[in-house]
Amino acid sequence: MQIIEKINGKETDFEVPAFENSNGNESQQQQPWWHNLKYLAVGMIFGIVFVKAEIISWYRIQEMFRLQSFHMYGVIGTAVVVGIISVWLIKRSGIKTIHGEPITFTKKKFSKGQVYGGLLFGLGWALTGACPGPLFAQIGTGALAVTLVVLSAIAGTWVYGYFRERLPH
Amino acid sequence: MLEAIKAPWPWYITGALIGLIVAALLLLGNKHFGISANLRHICAACFPANIKFFRYNWKKEIWNLFFVAGIILGGFIATQWLSNPAPVNINPALAEELASYQLTDHSSLVPGELFSFESLFTLRGFIIMVAGGFLVGFGTRYAGGCTSGHSIMGLSNLQWPSLVATVMFMIGGFIMANLLLPFILRL
Repeated sequence: MQIIEKINGKETDFEVPAFENSNGNESQQQQPWWHNLKYLAVGMIFGIVFVKAEIISWYRIQEMFRLQSFHMYGVIGTAVVVGIISVWLIKRSGIKTIHGEPITFTKKKFSKGQVYGGLLFGLGWALTGACPGPLFAQIGTGALAVTLVVLSAIAGTWVYGYFRERLPH
Repeated sequence: MLEAIKAPWPWYITGALIGLIVAALLLLGNKHFGISANLRHICAACFPANIKFFRYNWKKEIWNLFFVAGIILGGFIATQWLSNPAPVNINPALAEELASYQLTDHSSLVPGELFSFESLFTLRGFIIMVAGGFLVGFGTRYAGGCTSGHSIMGLSNLQWPSLVATVMFMIGGFIMANLLLPFILRL
């Protein structure tokens, strides 16, 4: 089995590896910058999917929270089912990345941040009608005023970083 | 074929594609699907201000910024060449409710009356864009992830804290959309 399940008591952030005490979980391979173009390509497909399925639509998000449409529930539900099967197959087969690196998963620790932060994000989600991914896609569609929303989201992230030690986690 | 691409895509196609993106990122370079971390990398790159939370080697996570650049580009491509000229389909009950707040322009995916540079100078536009954006940035980082990091990637890896986060995302959304937003839209 190639899986390294990492438990990290200190880091509560799921999307960012524990940088402070790097222990080799994240990619150690040094690759030229243009290797990142493959992520640009995946992002492009993702952006097209976002627009074509109208996930970036403020109206679809409002319909979801008013229980007026099944669309968003169908999208998220299908994505999770396909994701669960993919992750299970990857773990089971012990397949490596295209560069021969083992694929690792991080075990998530519970923190009160998931409750308080989750609630605050939910309020913002219904106000802006977008989560972070769709915000970027909306800018691509020409809704340039959404840049202001992104700048404000960056400010929100910064303020969180500033007060982090004093917030309940 | 092109007609089918130009029409809005059904949920089961979209959901499956998003699920496959989780697998693609893992196979391409052991990358965990997530987007809101970008906002942290931007802070770390541009305004670290000696805050511990922003002192890390963000360059190691630069793939995520390429991913986001791709999303912007994808949005542009879909709108320029793959779009469908018909107006956005909206549930009649929602259209009626929005009309009561003078929101009747349904020509694009975001209501032009709310998301514009002029709207920033109205109270409701300011709350929706600036306060809304702030809550998205603050909340996702506090929760340690957004809908992609928690609701898709976290649930795909059967992490129960991600389920907690997802349930809270939904509760927050229900409260805002049904209880608070009607007052804000009337401003």
